[in-house]
Order: sequence, then structure tokens, then C-alpha cells
Amino acid sequence: MDLNYTPEQATFREEVRRFLKDNLPKDIRDRVKKRLRPDKAMTQRWQKILFDKGWGASSWPKEHGGPGWSPVEQLIFEEECALAGAPRQLDFGLRMVAPVIMAFGNEEQKQKYLPRILSGEDWWCQGYSEPGAGSDLASLKTKAVREGDHYIVNGQKTWTTLGQHANWIFCLVRTSNEGKPQEGISFLLIDMNTPGIDVRPIIMLDGEHEINEVYFDNVKVPVENLVGEENKGWTYAKFLLGHERTGLANVGQWKAMMKRLREIAEEQPDGDRVLIENTRFRDRLAQLEIELKALELTVLRVLTDENGPGPQASILKIRGTEIGQALFELMMEAVGPDALAHIPEALELDYPGSRVGSPDATPAAGDYFNMRKLSIFGGSNEIQRNIIAQRVLGL
Amino acid sequence: MNFNLTEEQQMLQDSLRRFLANEYGFEKRKEIIAAGQSLDKPTWNAFAEMGLLGYTLPEEYGGLGGNAMDTLLVMESFGRALVVEPYLSTVVLGGGIIQDAGSDEQKERILPKIATGEEFLALAHQEPGGRHNLDYVRTEIQKHGNDYILNGRKTAVLNAAGAHYLIVSGRRGGRPTEPVSLFLVNHDTSGVEIEEYTTHDGHRVADVILDSVMVSDDDRIGARGQAMPIIEKGVDRAIAALCAEAVGAMEALNETTMEYVKTRQQFGMPIGKFQVIQHRLADMFIAAEQSKSMAILAASMADSDDRKQRREAVSMAKTLVGQSARYVGQQAVQLHGGMGVTDEMFAAHLFKRLTLINLQFGDADYHLGQVSDGLLKSA
Ligand SMILES: Cc1cc2nc3c(=O)[nH]c(=O)nc-3n(C[C@H](O)[C@H](O)[C@H](O)COP(=O)(O)OP(=O)(O)OC[C@H]3O[C@@H](n4cnc5c(N)ncnc54)[C@H](O)[C@@H]3O)c2cc1C
Ligand SMILES: Cc1cc2nc3c(=O)[nH]c(=O)nc-3n(C[C@H](O)[C@H](O)[C@H](O)COP(=O)(O)OP(=O)(O)OC[C@H]3O[C@@H](n4cnc5c(N)ncnc54)[C@H](O)[C@@H]3O)c2cc1C
Repeated sequence: MDLNYTPEQATFREEVRRFLKDNLPKDIRDRVKKRLRPDKAMTQRWQKILFDKGWGASSWPKEHGGPGWSPVEQLIFEEECALAGAPRQLDFGLRMVAPVIMAFGNEEQKQKYLPRILSGEDWWCQGYSEPGAGSDLASLKTKAVREGDHYIVNGQKTWTTLGQHANWIFCLVRTSNEGKPQEGISFLLIDMNTPGIDVRPIIMLDGEHEINEVYFDNVKVPVENLVGEENKGWTYAKFLLGHERTGLANVGQWKAMMKRLREIAEEQPDGDRVLIENTRFRDRLAQLEIELKALELTVLRVLTDENGPGPQASILKIRGTEIGQALFELMMEAVGPDALAHIPEALELDYPGSRVGSPDATPAAGDYFNMRKLSIFGGSNEIQRNIIAQRVLGL
Repeated sequence: MNFNLTEEQQMLQDSLRRFLANEYGFEKRKEIIAAGQSLDKPTWNAFAEMGLLGYTLPEEYGGLGGNAMDTLLVMESFGRALVVEPYLSTVVLGGGIIQDAGSDEQKERILPKIATGEEFLALAHQEPGGRHNLDYVRTEIQKHGNDYILNGRKTAVLNAAGAHYLIVSGRRGGRPTEPVSLFLVNHDTSGVEIEEYTTHDGHRVADVILDSVMVSDDDRIGARGQAMPIIEKGVDRAIAALCAEAVGAMEALNETTMEYVKTRQQFGMPIGKFQVIQHRLADMFIAAEQSKSMAILAASMADSDDRKQRREAVSMAKTLVGQSARYVGQQAVQLHGGMGVTDEMFAAHLFKRLTLINLQFGDADYHLGQVSDGLLKSA
């Protein structure tokens, strides 16, 4: 056992760091560091820069155009990106649908979709949840009926993150009512520009438009857009959820936030002292440092396990989201009453107007509210605990 | 010992709750906030007619002579409906301070107009960088003949923009070693500039910039350099009121979450059938009940002149209520699943209000520190 990074890994970290220093555009970094409103063009621009370097998809193998990094190298890359203030890459294509296509798609699908995910040309969104099918995902009702060489899709998806920007959606659809609900689900790729698709915004509690309802009214989808076999979609869906949950540990991003939080504590006045001198606040920071360290090491243990992440991925999802939420909460508490004001215009770069307190105060409360989603999506933390109890502990 | 309401208090509570249920629904509230003032005149006038605005003011000034226990009832009801009208700033804080420490002339001029709903007040005390520290005041007072000149910046001032008078604190020369004085500043005095913002929970706050604002000796509230006890008492009353509001909001949030888990079906049954959820709701219920007890404690002490006891009770209450509000708010959102993070749900708005209550007049950590420091023998 050895907790140190190898010399090769250290060199790799240096290389990533140098690349980021030279190639991450300043306006993008500013936007991310100031936690301003994310922007589609920015995400795509950054994806293109990484793509040109051959680093478009840190988790992909070489054969599909990835860099073929080990799990530890991927973590190093993510951490350095977060520390440098790079925007998050879009998971839906890179880390969700792509692994499914690689594992279960046919050659044509791989040729057609993977390169456009890698370059950032296509924007994917995830069509799993429905109004009646959240935690009980298998009860989904959106129906795909085969007619000749098309499926006719009818129904509704909801909570679709950034669906307003997407040109593709991967959907779980019902193709059979026989047997257990899990046995009649298929995995379908749908072009968002197909007639009959209607995307409607859902405004979140922070006032932002980040999620959507997606309606399907007699939408014609070519049968070649089916991934794998009909009625086997549940297997693929669960495979994908495993990937999603590991990603949600988010250690790199939380480490970057922790660093920022410490800086804020050193800048933020707290009456006649600065906040870091406030022992009650410092204890809370220290507590989070400890928890984050434990998570980081657990992630490394899970990721370097040769058997791959099993149900243990649920540990990462639960702890990663709880620590993230605690960080955002502390960020808000750090600025205190300055967090009260809601100035949505100030979430744009180059906002010229006045604000309350430091720029860190502007997104503080809104982010805290927004991040309550972390323990709800990707399989709620209650569902993750059920998984640990049942599948890990055998209860 | 007796925790019962008097007949009068019961009537007040009933009629207020009925009024809010009928006239102050979620949609109506949204319209009021969207209109930009967080003040609906007909609603405010109705409050005046019910006697709410003068309930805690002395009878000689058009009030009903009530106390912080009556405020508790009002604020609890406001918390349930998430009322955004400036009751806390005008009646509890402003009215309280003038009543405690104003000159006869100030009382006569202002209090009756609070009771009738004609005039509004705001306490402009907190300053940038002060965070939760109540005695952080750097606003500068300079003597100028028989008058005074104020310079400084105030922040997080509740309802400053609509206020006819600002109650402004400062120190001679802005020096931390000088004691604090309070002045009543007319809103249209030259040099007063107000930058107003909506808060995340639909209230209104402002930064108030004081640029060579001239006041006279008659505008002073209380004796020169003796303002800190006045401010403390005023703020303690406001904290007690916020605790009561939080209790109302927690109760409403628990009720709506209970309703939700009974109706939301997953895995072929209402999610309220899962024991995990039942225990969560049981803990949320406990948190609200404990908060209620502490809100009653704070209200019972809020008018007291025993500074140490009063401050301790209020800090204990704000700590526990802040922690409970956080727990109940977060868990209520969690149990609503995706619905919980949408603007469309009342629950999300209750959660936001509860979050912001914790950030006002000292958060749970700050007040825990106050209680903790009080355990030192030297305190
Ligand atoms: C911001 C956001 C973005 C999202 N983005 C997407 C997206 O892009 N694509 C997509 O398909 N979906 C997305 N989702 C949906 C997300 O996956 C669901 O919200 C989640 O699965 C929970 O489902 P639900 O909202 O219906 O809650 P419900 O399933 O109704 O759950 C309500 C509560 O009951 C609890 N509960 C349910 N069942 C049990 C049980 N058996 N035992 C104990 N407790 C239980 C839950 O944990 C939760 O606390 C998103 C959600 C959010 C909030
Ligand atoms: C010091 C002591 C003094 C006692 N004195 C008395 C006495 O004077 N008279 C008397 O009659 N009894 C007495 N008891 C017994 C006591 O009432 C039982 O221990 C108690 O009811 C729990 O029963 P159990 O020990 O069989 O544990 P179990 O019932 O087997 O419970 C084990 C664990 O499972 C949990 N659990 C059980 N059912 C559920 C459920 N449906 N949902 C969730 N969790 C559950 C319990 O909370 C507990 O954590 C005493 C016990 C102790 C330890």
C-alpha cells in the first residue's frame, strides 16, 4: 500500500497544469471562479479546446479518441481542471450516453455519435425521469410503438437538465407491457429537432432555468436509433447510472471549492477580525476538510479496485453530494447577511451595477438553494442508502 | 405556569389566520412580490383595521398595549403564509425602539401613524463587514454647531426604501472606542441614498449611504452615547419575532410535506409508507415543536430589561430555531424530490424564507457563540 502519487503521475499533473495555464481562456475562468451563470457557448468553446488537444474525454479509451488515462490520471485531470477554474464538461454525452454506446451500441452508432460527442458538436440530455417515474424509474410510461422502420414515441419526460440547449436526447421508453416493468424498457436516441417534441422550461427555486419538461407527441424515431436490443434498456440504464454516480463524487470540484472557501475566510471581514480567526467557523471548515479527505481516499480505493465500482458507488454519491451541499452552505454562511440580496443580473460577466458585499456573496444563497438537487437526482440519497442496505449489506 | 392563549389572543389569531387563508394565498403573494414593493396597501390597511399594527404600542399613542407574546402570535401566522409586508421593520423594530427610547415628541409624531398604517420605519444599523456582530458600528458622527453630521454606509436594512424614517446608529468620529448614538433621520433628508434589493425570499433590503446627512439634537433617540442597550433590546425583540415566524413557516412546511408524502406514489404506494420517510417527518415534527418552545421563551423575555437574561434566552432560541429551520427546510425539499427544487412549490419558498431567517440578526453559529461565551465564569 502506498498513498503517494508515482513520479509519472506527478509529471502528468504538471503537464495538465501547464496546459490549463496556457489554454484556459481568461473570460471562461473568471466566469467559473465567480460562479456566474453558466453559458452554452462557453461549455462548447472549452470542449473544443480540450478536443483539439486530444483531451476531450478524460474517461474514454484510446480506440474511441480518448486519451486512455487510468482512473487516477482522470482524477488528477479533473482536479487540476477544477482548481484552474475550467467549466465542468457536459456529462450527458461524455459520461452517460457515450459509455452505453461504446458498450452496447453497434458500429454505425459508434461512428455516428461518438466523434460528435467528443468534439462538443452535439449537446445531449437525459430523458429518464417522468412525472410518475422518479425513484421508481422502472414504472416509466413514455411509449415507443414500432411501425415499419420507425418507432412512434408518445409521452412526457421531466427534470431534463439543460434540455433547452440539446439537439439529442437519450430516452428510456416502454416497448412492452409484458412481465416485470423492467423487462419492457428500451434505450432510444432521439433527435430533438424531430417534429412533435416540445421542450418547456421549469424554473427552479433559485429563479434559474436549468431543467425542462419534454413532451413527445407522435414523434417518429428511426429504428436504427435503438441502442442494443429492444426491451433490454434497463440493463443499459443501470450500467449508465453506475457511471453517473461515480461522477457525482466530484472530488476535484469540491477540493477547488474548499480552497476558495479558505480564501474567502481569509478575506471576509467578521466585525473587527477576519472570518478565519473565528474558531467556530474554522472548526466547520476543518470538519469539511476531514470529510473531503476521507471521500477522496475512498474514491481512489473504489476506482483502483480491479473489480470496478459495484454498489459501493452509492457511498461516493451520498458522501460526494452531502459534502458538496455542506460546502455551498458554508459559502453562504461565510458571507452572512450579504447573501440576502437576490440580484440575478449580477450573475452575468461584466455586470456593471452595484451589488451587496463581495462578488462571492452574489451567487451564495442561490447556489445553496440550487444544490439541494444533488441529494435528489442521480438516484436520491435515500435510494442510495437502500442500495447499500440491500445490495452491500444484504439486509 | 400557563401556555394558554387569552381569549383576546385566540380571537386575534383566528381572525388573522382566516384573513391570510382567504386573502393572502401563494398566488397573491407572488403578485405582491412581482409588483416590486413587497407591500400590498389593501393588506396593510386590513392589518391596521384588525389592530395588528398598533397591537404592541402603548394605548396613549393609538395602540392596544400588547407585548412580545402578542407579536409571537402575529409572526407565527405571518410565517405560515410567508407574509412579506414590512411588519418586522416598522412595528416590531422601529415601533419598539421609539416606544422604548423615543422622546415624547417623537412618540407623538410617529407611533400613532404606525398604528394607522400611514408611516413606516427602518433600523439602519448593520454595516458592511460587520457580519453578525451587533456592536460593529463605524458610521461617523460629527458635531456641527448645534447639529450633527452623519457619514457612513449601512447594509441589509430591512424595508429602507419605503420608510419615512430611518433609525441610524453611529459613533463620534466613527471611532470604535466611542459609544454608539442613535438618530431618527427623515427619509428625504439630503445626503441619504438608498440602494434597494429584493431578497431571495421576496422581502426588500437596502444599503443606505449617508453622505453628510444633517440631523439635530432633537432627532436623537435616547441619551448621547447610550444607544447600544436600546439597539440590543430592539433587535432582541426582532429576533424573538423571527423565531416565531420561523415556527409558523416550519409548521406550514411540515404540514405540506405530510400532505405530499401521503399523495405521492412511487413503487406502488405512497412514499409516506416508507419508514425512512416516516422517521424523517417525525424528526421534523420534533424540531418544530422544540422551536416553538424556544420561540415562546424568547417572546416571554423579549420585553425584559434584565439584559443578561434576555440576551441569553434570545440567543438560545435563535440557535435552536436556526438549526431546526435548516433541518426542516432541507428535509422538506428532499422529501418532495424534484418538485422540492421548483419555484412552483410553496414548500420551496418556505425553505428559502427559513434559510434567510437564519442569516438575519445572527445565525445559529453566532448565537451559539453568545451562549457559549456566557458559560465562562468571567462573562
Ligand atoms: C435539478 C434536477 C435535475 C435533474 N435532471 C435530470 C435529467 O437530466 N434527466 C432525468 O432523467 N432526470 C433528472 N432528474 C430527475 C431525478 O433523477 C429525480 O428527481 C429523482 O430520481 C427523484 O425522483 P422524484 O423527483 O420523482 O422524487 P420521488 O421519487 O417522488 O421521491 C420523493 C422522496 O421520496 C423518497 N423515496 C422515494 N422512494 C423511496 C424509497 N423506496 N425509500 C425511501 N425513500 C424513498 C425520495 O428519496 C425523495 O426524498 C433531475 C432532478 C433534479 C432535481
Ligand atoms: C435497561 C433496560 C431496562 C428495561 N426495563 C424494562 C422494564 O422495566 N419493563 C419492560 O417491560 N421492559 C423493559 N425493558 C425492555 C425494553 O422495553 C425493550 O428492550 C425494548 O422494547 C426493545 O425491545 P428489544 O430489546 O427486544 O429490542 P428489539 O425490539 O429486538 O429491537 C432491536 C432494535 O430494532 C429496532 N426496531 C425494532 N422494531 C422496529 C421497527 N418496527 N422499526 C424500526 N426499528 C425497529 C429497535 O429500535 C432496536 O434498535 C428494558 C430494557 C432495557 C435495555
